[in-house]
Amino acid sequence: MSVRSLPLLFLNLGGEMLYILDQRLRAQNIPADKARKDEWTEVDRKRVMNDIIATMFNKKFLEELFKPQELYSKKALRTIYDRLAHASIMRLNQASMDKLYDLMTMAFKYQVLLCPRPKDVLLVTFNHLDAIKDFIRDSPTIMNQVDETFRQVIEVYGCLSAGEFHLIRQTLLIFFQDMHIRVSIFLKDKVQNSNGRFVLPISGPVPWGTEVPGLIRLFNNKGEEVKKVEFKHGGHYVRAQSEGSFDLYGDRVLKLGTNMYSISRPVETHVSGASKNSALNTKERTAPNPLAKEELNFLARLMGGMEINKTSGPEPGFRLNLFTTDEEEEHAALTRPEELSYQVINIQAAQDQQRNEELTRIMGEFEVHDQPQQSTSKGDDLLAMMDEL
Amino acid sequence: MYRREQPVPTQACPAALYNNLCVLSLPAPRLTQFALVHGLNVQLLSATSDGLPVSQRQLHAKEGAGLSFPLITQAYWCVLPFRVLLVLTSQRGIQMYESDGSVMVYWHALDSGDAPPAQALFARGIAASGHYIFVGTWSGRVLVFDVPAKGPNIVLSEELDEHRVPITDIAAEPAQGQDCVADVVTADDSGLLCVWKSGPEFKLLTRISGFGSPCPSVRLWQGTVAAGYGDGQIRVFEASSGALHVQINAHARGVSALDLAPEAGKLLSGAEDSFVHIWKLSRNPDSGCIEVEHCHAECVTDTQVCGARFCDPRGSSFAVTGYDLPEILRYSCV
Repeated sequence: MSVRSLPLLFLNLGGEMLYILDQRLRAQNIPADKARKDEWTEVDRKRVMNDIIATMFNKKFLEELFKPQELYSKKALRTIYDRLAHASIMRLNQASMDKLYDLMTMAFKYQVLLCPRPKDVLLVTFNHLDAIKDFIRDSPTIMNQVDETFRQVIEVYGCLSAGEFHLIRQTLLIFFQDMHIRVSIFLKDKVQNSNGRFVLPISGPVPWGTEVPGLIRLFNNKGEEVKKVEFKHGGHYVRAQSEGSFDLYGDRVLKLGTNMYSISRPVETHVSGASKNSALNTKERTAPNPLAKEELNFLARLMGGMEINKTSGPEPGFRLNLFTTDEEEEHAALTRPEELSYQVINIQAAQDQQRNEELTRIMGEFEVHDQPQQSTSKGDDLLAMMDEL
Repeated sequence: MYRREQPVPTQACPAALYNNLCVLSLPAPRLTQFALVHGLNVQLLSATSDGLPVSQRQLHAKEGAGLSFPLITQAYWCVLPFRVLLVLTSQRGIQMYESDGSVMVYWHALDSGDAPPAQALFARGIAASGHYIFVGTWSGRVLVFDVPAKGPNIVLSEELDEHRVPITDIAAEPAQGQDCVADVVTADDSGLLCVWKSGPEFKLLTRISGFGSPCPSVRLWQGTVAAGYGDGQIRVFEASSGALHVQINAHARGVSALDLAPEAGKLLSGAEDSFVHIWKLSRNPDSGCIEVEHCHAECVTDTQVCGARFCDPRGSSFAVTGYDLPEILRYSCV
C-alpha cells in the first residue's frame, strides 16, 4: 500500500545478501599463494563485494527505485537479486540462489517484525548501510555512491510521520506474509520457533517514546490528576535508555540489521515442507498474473540502470556454493518443495509447460527458448525477452 | 477469568492491519461468523459455539484501473436497523455485500483526484449508525452513505471534511436514540479524534488533538470515547467536551484493535506486544467522571495481535487474530 517501501526493502535485503556472501566467500577463502586457478582468494572476495555493491548503488538504478511505487511481488524482487548476485565473476546455482534469497528475506522479516517502533526500520537500514560502507572502505568512488544514497534515505524518510511509518511497516509485513522458512541460526539463537514463527519477547526496554505498561491515571473535569492505579500487565518491561541516531554517523543503539553471521556460524536453512497454508501459497504463485507485464516493465527499467560488467576474456566465473558440499547443493535443488519455488517467468518454466497450464498461457506471450541456458546468461535472456515486449 | 477455547482454523493468516477481525453472531442457528483480511482477499468463516468450522468463503477486492491485485484494508459487518451489510474497503474503493458475502450490492470507486504523487490511496475505517454507513479515506475525508431498508439503492449523501491525513478507524454509539450526546467518532493517522452528532447534516461536536502517534482504533459508548494509540497508550475522553478522564500505559507496542461490550461497559484492547487486556469502564456517581479498572490480561505468545472482538454484547467471550497466526483464537468467561 505505501508507495515508499521499495527502497527500504531493497537496501535491507541487499545488505543481508552482502553479509551472507561475505561470510561464504571468507569460508571458501584460500591464501593467494596456495590457491589453484579455480579457488577463491582474498583479492577475489574483495572484488566480488566491490562489484556487487557498485551495481547496487548505481545512480540510475537507485533513481528508478526511489520513485513512489507499489511493492512488487517476491518473484519480481528475486529476479533483481539474481542479477545482482551475478554482477561479478561469481556464479550461483539455482539451489544456492534459492537459499540465499530465503535467508535474506527471513532475516529482514525478523528485523521488521521486531522493530520497537515502525520508524526504527530506518535504524535497521542505517545498520546495513554502515556495514556496507565498511565493506568498501578502500574504494572512495563506491563509498561516494553509498554516502549519496544514505543522504537520500535521510531526505526521503527523515520527515515522515509516525502514521506513514506504520503504513510502511504494514506494507512490508504483507510482503513477508506466509513465509515461514526455518533458519538454523535463528533456531539456535531461539529467536525462531520450530513452526517457523518468530519469538516475540515480553521483557526488555520499551520503544523510545513509549511508557512502561502498568499504570492507570484518572483525571477530573479540570484536568487534574485525582488517582493513580497500578495493574499487572504480564510483561517485564523497563524504560528505554536512549534513542538511536538517525544521522549520517552515530550510534544506532538498535542491533537489528547488524551482521549476525561470522566464520564460526555457517549459514543454513531448513526449507519448511508442506504447511497448512501451502495450498493458498501455491494458488497465489501460479494464478494467472496480469501483474507480470507491469512487473516486467519495472524490472526492465530497473535493470536497465544496472551496469553489469560483462566478464569477457580469459577469466572464468567462480562458482559459490551456499551449502557445505556440492552434493548437498544438488540434493537441496531436487528436494525443494514446489510451493516454495520462485520460478515463474524464467527459462525453467519452459520445462514445466506440460504440468502448468497457466504458465504456458503467460509464456505463450513471449518467445520461449527451447534449451535451458547456462546460469551465466539467465539474466540476459530475461532482458532479451523484455526487449520483445 | 477467561479461558482459551478451541481455536477456529483459517486458510490463511491475517495481514498486519489495524482492526483485522470482525465478528457477527447469528442467533439461529447458533453460529458465529468471522471476517479477517489476508491482504489480497477477505476470509469469511462461520463456526459453531464449540469452534468447529462450518463454512467459509473468500472475497476479493474489485479490480480497477492500475493495480490488478488491490489490497483490502478492512472488512466490517454494518448492523443497521433493517439489514446487515458486509463492507470491504480496499486500495480501489468500497464494496458492500449482503452479510454472508454472497452478493455485492454496491460499489464506490475511490476518487484519486487531488492526491500528491507519493500518497498511498485507500479506504479504511468503517462504522454504521442509524441508516448510515461511514467509510474513511486516505485523504481524511469520511464518506457517509445513506442505506435503504433493502435493495441496492445506496447513495453517498455527505462527506465529512475535518481530517487531513488518512482515517484509521470510525466508531458509532451502539445505543441509538434521541438522547445520545454523540453518534460517531472518527480517528486518523495523526491521532486526531473528531466527535460528530447526526442530524439533517452531521455536526462536528468536538475535536481531540493527537499526541504524536496514530490512533488505530477507537470506540464510543454512552458519551465516552475510548482510543488506543500507536505508542501503546489508551485514553478515555468525555465525548461532549473532549476532556481527558483516563490515561493508561496499557501496552508496550502499538494498539492494533479495540472493542467494546456495550451491555457491560467492557473494553478489549489488543496490541503488537502480544497482549490482550480487558478493562471495565464506569462513571463515578459523585463526580460524573469516567473511570477505568483493569480486569484481565492475556498473553498471546509470540503473536502480534492485529484484531480483537467481543463475541457477545455482555463481553463474556472474545476472539483474537494475529500476524502469522493461521487460526482465530477464542476465549470465554469461566
